[in-house]
Parts: sequence; structure tokens; C-alpha cells
Amino acid sequence: MAKSIDVSDLNIYYGDFLAVEGVNINIPAKSVTAFIGPSGCGKSTFLRSLNRMHEVIKGAYVQGKVLIDGQDLYAPEMDPVNVRRMIGMVFQRPNPFPTMSIYDNVLAGQKLNSKRMKKSESDDVVERSLRSAGLWAEVKDRLDRPGSGLSGGQQQRLCIARAISVQPEVLLMDEPCSALDPISTSVIEDLIHELKTEYTIVIVTHNMQQAARVSDDTAFFNLSGVGQPGNLVEVGRTEKIFSNPEDPATEAYIQGRFG
Amino acid sequence: MTEREKSAARPVRRLGDRIFEGLSTSAGILILLTLLGVAIFLTIEGVPGITASPEELGSKTGGKGFFAYVWPLVFGTIWAALIALVIAVPVSIGVALYISHYAPPRLSSTLGYIVDLLAAVPSVVYGLWGLLFLSRELRPAYQWLAENLGFIPLFAGNDNGGVSSNSILTASLVLAVMILPIMTAICREIFLQTPRLHEEAALALGATRFEMVRMAVFPYARSGIVSASMLGLGRALGETMAVAMVLSASGVVTFNLIGSTNPSTIAANIALQFPEAFGLYTNVLIATGLVLFVITFAANFAARAIVERRKDFSGAN
Repeated sequence: MAKSIDVSDLNIYYGDFLAVEGVNINIPAKSVTAFIGPSGCGKSTFLRSLNRMHEVIKGAYVQGKVLIDGQDLYAPEMDPVNVRRMIGMVFQRPNPFPTMSIYDNVLAGQKLNSKRMKKSESDDVVERSLRSAGLWAEVKDRLDRPGSGLSGGQQQRLCIARAISVQPEVLLMDEPCSALDPISTSVIEDLIHELKTEYTIVIVTHNMQQAARVSDDTAFFNLSGVGQPGNLVEVGRTEKIFSNPEDPATEAYIQGRFG
Repeated sequence: MTEREKSAARPVRRLGDRIFEGLSTSAGILILLTLLGVAIFLTIEGVPGITASPEELGSKTGGKGFFAYVWPLVFGTIWAALIALVIAVPVSIGVALYISHYAPPRLSSTLGYIVDLLAAVPSVVYGLWGLLFLSRELRPAYQWLAENLGFIPLFAGNDNGGVSSNSILTASLVLAVMILPIMTAICREIFLQTPRLHEEAALALGATRFEMVRMAVFPYARSGIVSASMLGLGRALGETMAVAMVLSASGVVTFNLIGSTNPSTIAANIALQFPEAFGLYTNVLIATGLVLFVITFAANFAARAIVERRKDFSGAN
């Protein structure tokens, strides 16, 4: 189910502005890959180009190739809607649909696939997804309540449950813990560890300890100056990036000398 | 208690805050007083008309007393406003959605401006338009309706097979055009306020643009759409001039949309009858105004109740 991602020579634009330049990276299946780097270096932009959410912004487009198990996401015949059904995403701020109950939030993706499900089937999907997201015990008695009534950490786990309920090939996480307290953060990090047995996970984080704790591989993004495009400086096994990086900029960032 | 504790117990009140609080409080009270003034006037002047016996009222009111007189008007008012609302709600949601989510940026601002302009047209102009243009143009369509859908009571037409284009449907169409701008403007603002976060949540799940609208925009905007509809309904209930000009009314209760006998509306009836009214009949007309006042209030309370019922899910928390 989980798939690997191959990116070659990817340039990402906002209108005329080249935001990220020349990314080549290979993200292995069933592992956690973390993107780190200073603000504005394009790591979130790059992440959003992996499920074609980048082009939602007016004037935004990419050049280059993104292959998911050999299938080019940007091939002319690829429908971005199908790409996004295959690649789930969790955002920086928890965004459950406020007008839906917890139950309906989890099923939101299923409804889009216009699958008619029996009540028992959808009950199963909801329970399985919420269990995988580690939220079942906390919400099982109030599935009909609005998702917005949960705490921030619970809401974020609800969003994870919503993303995995359709069993995507890949799960993208854009700073999923940056709006959460340390306890909720650690719950989600544990969850990422469990989820990687089933999904390919890509996570953007500002927190280097978090990258070190959760990821197998780490990619360091940087930008050479203000107004310059961001670029991928270095990617490798997390232990190596954190202990013995090849590029001096990576070392400087990891040791907290800038960023 | 020491001097210091005393001063700590009393919160600091700044002059600017006090002035502003005073201004906004008096504005709020002023609104209440105005409303109260209108209500008191309508009640005092209207009660003699309501309590008078049929004999006292005479033939002008049909000779059966106040409630028999006002009932067809109440029916006509609500019926005309509801038809207008049924037509205007989908159109205004569609236009607002096009402006907020589909149109290219330059077109959308132009279109928004044009819709706002519609609101600036005086109602007497709409009346003229409805009377001299719309009713003439609609006649063939009504004829077609009567011939092909005449078995539905709504489109029965006249007994002789003819139709009237100065009917309640024409009046409701004019009303629909008149309430469109305000409803569109409100819907558009609300649609534009849909949090980007929720739209992206839907898109990232693989929603098409329309599914995104259904999943994130409409639910978020529900209470706003209800408010917009109620404002539109309020305006349609109270609209006077256009209805008075377009509608050929005869004080009946009928669901026939395209016949030549139509129920009048309270507001139009007051406008048409008032110049010639005197004595007790003036009180009767004012009493019908009181009834309209109550209907409008009831509509607003109903809207509040609808919005309140879904409060937990509104996205406002």
C-alpha cells in the first residue's frame, strides 16, 4: 500500500517567483522523512507540491517530475483530485470541519469517494481510523458532537484519523505539532511511529529534536539569501545528518547557529 | 479597610471608555425606543379598528369584521413573499458563489459592484418595470403554463382559459429581483469568509471544487444564508410600491399564480387605500400594519431559532 516518492529537478513557482529550485530527492516507502530548515526556505511549499495542493494558490505551478512508484503526479492525464485522494495531508493548524460531528469528520474523505456504505461498515471505518489515530478511547462516547469541541491535540489526531480513513498511499504532515502543547506533541510523535508501519510519512517540522525523534531520513532545506529560491541542501539518514552532516550550512543550522 | 484596598477594589474607568460606552449604549436604547414608539402607535391607533363590530366597519371592509378583512391580506403578503424567496434564494446563492469562488478576480469585483447597484434602484422604478415591461413579456409564458400545466392548481389561470400577467407571480418576480441584491451581498461576504483552512482541508481530501463548496463553504455559511433569506423575506413582506403597481388585487385567497383575481398584500393595500380612507377605516388599515409588524417579528424569531438550533456546529466556536 505505502509507496515511495521520487522527485527530480522540481522547480516550484508562485507566479513569476521561483520559490524552490532544483529539488532531487528519493523518499522511501514505509518510513518517516523529515524536512527541516529555516522559515521561508520552501519546505512547506515543497511538501504541498507532493499532493498538488501547491497549485490551489492562484498562479502557482511546478516544473519537473514527482513520481509515486513510477507514476508521474504531474502527467497531463493525472487529475489533481485523484492525486489528493491517494496522498493524505495533515495541516499545521488542526482543521476539522466545524459543522460536522466527529463521526462525520472521519468519514469526510469516504463520502467524497462517493462510496455508499452500510452503517456497520462506516462504524468500522470510524472506529479503525480513530483507533489508529489514538483517539478512540477519548471520543467513543461523543462521536455525534462537533469536532471543534475537542482540545487542540485531539483535533489534530481527528485530522489524522480523517486523513488515514481513506487509506492513502502517503501521509504528508505540515508542522503537525507546532500549534500543540508538549504532551499532545508527544502523543502525536508516538502515533507517527506506529503509522509508519503502514504509510509513507513526510513531515515538515521546525523542531529539530522532533525531526531527530521521529524520522528515519532528514532533508535540510535552505535559501541562499532573501528573495532567492529555496533549495534542498542535503538529505540522508537522520543519525548521519544530525551527527555528521556533509554541508557546513546543515551543521550550522543543526547546532543552532542560525535559523 | 485601608485606603489602598478601597482604591484597588474599584476598577479604573478611563474617560474615553466611558464616552464610548455611553454612545454605544444610547444608540442601542434609541433603536429600542424607536421600535417601541412604532409598536405603541400601531397598537393605539389600530385597536379601535380591530375591536369594532362588523356593522360599525361597514361595507369597505367586506362587512364581516376585521379578521375576515385582514386574512386574505395576510395570506397574500406571506404567499407573495414566500414565492419571491423561493425564486431569489437559489439565484442569490448561485450568484454569490460565482462571485466568491468561481469568477476570475476582475470579473468578480465588477459583478459584485453591479449587484450592489441593483439595490440602489428605487422600488417605484421596479414597479414601473414590472407593470410596463415584465408583465407584457411574461404573458406568453403564462399562457404556455396555463395550457400545459393547467392541471396544477398553481397554474390554473382564469376560468375562460386566459391568464393575467398582472398576477401575484409577476409581483413575486419583481419582489425577487428587489431582494436579490441584499441577499447576494450577504451571501458573498459570508462565502468569502470561509476559513482557508477548511477549504484546504476539503481539497486535500480530494474534493472537487463543488465538493469543497458543499463540504466547507455551505455548512460554514448556513447561518449567514438563513440571515440573508430573512432579510430578504422581511423586505419582501414589507415592500409596498412595486406590488401596489404591478398587482391587480381583489382580496381573495387563492393559490392560483397566474389568474386575474389575486390576493393583495398588507403593505400594498395600505398604500392604495390610505388616500381615500377616513374615520374607522383608517384605524383598520393601521391595524393591518400592526399585523404586518407582528408577522415580520415572527419571521425574524423563526430565523433566530433556526440559527440557534445548529449553534454548536456553526464554526463560530
